[in-house]
Formats: sequence, structure tokens, C-alpha cells
Amino acid sequence: MEYYCKKDEDEVGTLPEKYRSYIDRKTSFILLSVLLTGGIFLYSLSVGNADLTIFEITRTILGMPAELTHSKSIIWNLRIPRAVAAIIAGVALSISGVVLQSILRNPLGSPYTLGISHAAAFGATLSILAGTRNWLPMLDLPYMTTLSAFAFSLISTLTILAIAKYKNATPEVLILVGVALSSLLTAATMLLQFFADDSELPEIVFWTFGNLGRAYWESIYIMGFITLLASAYFFYNRWNYNAIDAGDEVARGLGVNVDRVRLTGMLVASLATAAAVSFLGIIGFVGLVCPHIARRFVGDDQRFLIPSACIVGAVLLLASDVAARLIIAPYVLPVGIITAFMGAPLFLYLLIRGYSH
Amino acid sequence: MLKIRELQFDYKKREVLKEIEFDLNPGEVLTILGPNGVGKTTLLRCINTILTPKSGSIIVEGENVLELPRIEIAKRLGYVPQNTEPSRLTAFDAILLGRKPHIEWGMKEKDMKITRQVISDMGMEELALRYIDEMSGGELQKVSLARALVQQPRILLLDEPTSSLDLKNQLGILNTVVEVARKEHVSAVITMHDINLAIRYSDRYVLIKDGEVFAHGKEEVITPENIEAVYGVKVTIGEVSGYKMVVPVE
Repeated sequence: MEYYCKKDEDEVGTLPEKYRSYIDRKTSFILLSVLLTGGIFLYSLSVGNADLTIFEITRTILGMPAELTHSKSIIWNLRIPRAVAAIIAGVALSISGVVLQSILRNPLGSPYTLGISHAAAFGATLSILAGTRNWLPMLDLPYMTTLSAFAFSLISTLTILAIAKYKNATPEVLILVGVALSSLLTAATMLLQFFADDSELPEIVFWTFGNLGRAYWESIYIMGFITLLASAYFFYNRWNYNAIDAGDEVARGLGVNVDRVRLTGMLVASLATAAAVSFLGIIGFVGLVCPHIARRFVGDDQRFLIPSACIVGAVLLLASDVAARLIIAPYVLPVGIITAFMGAPLFLYLLIRGYSH
Repeated sequence: MLKIRELQFDYKKREVLKEIEFDLNPGEVLTILGPNGVGKTTLLRCINTILTPKSGSIIVEGENVLELPRIEIAKRLGYVPQNTEPSRLTAFDAILLGRKPHIEWGMKEKDMKITRQVISDMGMEELALRYIDEMSGGELQKVSLARALVQQPRILLLDEPTSSLDLKNQLGILNTVVEVARKEHVSAVITMHDINLAIRYSDRYVLIKDGEVFAHGKEEVITPENIEAVYGVKVTIGEVSGYKMVVPVE
């Protein structure tokens, strides 16, 4: 099948060099962002009550004897889990957002489009009430709130997937189903809140504020594992998403099984999001804004967009957490509030300024 | 090359295509003619199995595409839909996407080379690094055709490729199709509304009326009687500067 390749190499013109430098620019953006993430990561370890310098932190991480006896435990048990959780959750939310925007053909797509955050909040609320009121004593396990949030996220996702599969629903319909489910779950959560007492209510409300302080190593391993698998799956499918971006018909003509790619993508994105939300609570805006920030720098080519969105997600969540810990130190704000405060103006700025070429 | 037998398609229990049959040889260009809503686009989508026919067979080089996996169909049939969604992708990458059916993990040097070759053959070097969301309809249509060409298909399917183009771009796109057909022995199936443009570029015609093949063959099927029967318009056929012209006389 070499029909189209009869001419000599040099006849084809100077295109490849220009193209390669165009590709190099995108690759450099990704590499620079990785360096930036590393920098913010180290800096974030130095922010906190115990005054640790970046030098001491580096020594501790590298396993050298620490000058302060408690610094090892602070770094390994408090600060690193927090920063690592920020990176993982940032990646999970942002990559899910970028893929959902593509497969649902909607720039407003985000990890929460399919109702995951509302489902998780309902699951957590139910579990908190069940715990304090001893409804189901045999289920009073550690991590029950996380498990319940995760379970309800999955139920909500599977409902949408079932509608998509058996009713052949279009992306528009799926988004509307997500809106309907979100609204239903919000009503159910409010109903539970109405019956909650003075001690339960703050706990419920507090759960919904995304908080990186909830990250422990066990939860990080689970979130990290799911996010890593999801990212690998998404990156493997980058050309499928490029094809779907050109339209369902084009994608089918190129041999893409659009329905299967769409359903699996929704399922994987939901799993990654549900894992992050169940452990950490709801962190808004990252999944919507970070893909768009990445788009402004690298365009819509999923080969570059997927990795870029991951890194932008990690940077934004890390930076938001640093801000959350600095603004009213020594108190720590929930990071979800900061992401919305930082994300929204940044988003508006980028929209007004337009694409960077 | 292409053999279609007893192809039927129903949409929500309504018969859209009944007993469609025609043949096409390598290197030939065939135009499907017929009024709006007669099922021309549906027929193209059925051939490419974007829509699943109710029954019948579509034989490409001895294989029934209805029994092939989608990815294998994409290696044999290149489809250019009426519309392609412009995203923020360079023309080069949008065309490179056509190599999708042939890749495993990612694009290789060979895929880049084929893409460069098609871009050079179509004289699109100037467009190659521009973003397709900043292109005109004509430029986008060229990208769309180029994408189907890098697929290296045996058959090209084009759904009204000229409908939104100016005169020069209409000729440009169809010239490319005919050239590829002749040189690479690729067959092309095109739907078109402009009968005169069809006459200028086609070797064969399929006239569709009420979901059935009304006439099928070479230039001899383009008669005033057939056109009146299919379109319901009285025409006369004359010649201008050596080109056969269909002119409505009502």
C-alpha cells in the first residue's frame, strides 16, 4: 500500500522542520510545567507552622539525618501526603475534565457533569447520619464515609451509562441526565440535612469542603493507583479523542468505535473523580478550568492536551493549597474554596485574552 | 472493486433504501444523483457501515464489509462527510489523523511521510501549519479530503463535497478526486446536486428515485427522460464548449 509515496524525500518540501519545531514548542511547555510543579511541590513542603527551610526538607527527603527531631515526621506524615494528594487529585480531576469535554462534545464538561460530586455528597451525608444514629451498626467501619461516597458516585455514573447504552442517548441527552440526577441528589441531601442535628450538620457541611488534610498514605496509594491507570488509559486513546473531536461521523469513518470509546471514557473518568472526591471531598472548578488553561497553551491536540491538562491540574491544586494555608495562617482554609477563587478569575482572564500561539 | 447487492435500509420501520445494486471498477468515479431526501447520504453511510443496513451485501475487493471489523473497513474505505468539526488542530495534525486506522500506539515516521506526500500532492504546504478552526469552508474541505487520502483507502466516499464551495474550490476538489482515482486506481463514490459538475467528472452514475436505483450506467443514462423522471423537472441537454450541459426548460 505505498501508492501515495512515489516521489523522492526532498521533493516533499521543508514542512517537517517547521512541524518539528511546532511540536518541540508543545513538548517544552509540558517539560517546563513539570519543573514548575516540582518547584511548587518543594515550596509547599516548607509552608506550615513548623518553620522548615527548603534545605532541611530536601535533606529529610533524601534520608539524611535531620537537624530537628520532629521534622522527619512532619514532612513524611503531614506535608508530603498533603502535597502528593494535591498532585494526584489535580491530575485526576483535570484529566477527567479534558476527556469528558471531548467525548461529551461540550466545553462545559467537567468531572462533575455526570453528577458525581452530588452523588458523593449524598453518600457521605447518609453515612455520617447512619454513623451517629447507629442505623446499621455492622457497617460502622473506618472509611465508611469514603466508601459510601464512592458507592453513590458509582451508582450515579452507572445510571447514566445504562441510559447511554440502552437508549443510545446523544452526548447532549447525557449531560441533561447528569443535570437531572444532580438535582435529585441535591434534594435528597438537603432532606437529610434538614433532619440532621446541631452536631451532625457541621460535619456534613465540612465534608463537602474539599480538604487535602484528609489525605493519608493508604488513601493516597488507592487514589494514585486509580489515577495512574486512568491516565494511561486516556493517553492510549488520545487519537480516538482527536477523531471524536472532528465529529462522530469522521471518527466512525476512521475506524473508531465511538460508542464504546465514549462509554468507557465516561466510566474511567468517573472512577478517577469518584476516588478523589470520596477521600478528599468536593474540589470544584479544577476539572473545568485546568483543561481550558491547557488548551490555551497547547491547542486541542489530545497528544499534548492530555499531559498538559494533568500538569496544569497538579500545579493549580498545589498552588491553591499553599494559598489556603498562607492566607489566614495558622488557620487553613478548605482548598475547594481557594480553587474556585483562583480558578474563576484566571479562567476569565484566559478567555478574554484568547489563545496563545 | 465495489459490488453492492440487494442493499436495504430502514429508518424507524420506514423503508429508505430498497434493493440498491450497482458495481464500480477500480479507478472509476461514480456519482449518486437524486432529489433531496431520497437517501443519497444514507446510502453512503450504509456503504461505510456508519449506518447498519437491514440486509444486502457490500463487496470491496471480494470481501463483504458488513462482516469486517470497523478498523478494517477504515483501511479500505475513506469517508469524507459533509461537515467536519473544526477544532484547534493544525491542518497537518488533522490530516495525520487519517492514519488512525493503521496505527497501534502512535504515529510513526512512515505516517508523517505519507501525510507530507498528500499535502504536497494537493499543494497544501501553505495550509499545513495553520489551525483548522481558522480556516474557510473550502480549506476545511481540502483538509477533510486529504485526511481520507492518507487513510490510503481503496474506495473514497464523498458526501456532497462541493455543496458549500465556490467554483474554483469545486473544481479543485473534484480534480483531486479524479486524479487520485486514475493514478492510484482508487474508486470514488460521490453524492452531488449539481448535475453538470457530475457529468464533468464522473464515469458512472446511479440515479435514485423513491429509495430504488432508477438507472445505473455510464453517460448514456443522463437523458432528459431519466432526469425528468427522477427530479420532476423538464430539461434539455446541450453542449457548451465541448461540455455536456443539462439545462432546465420549464
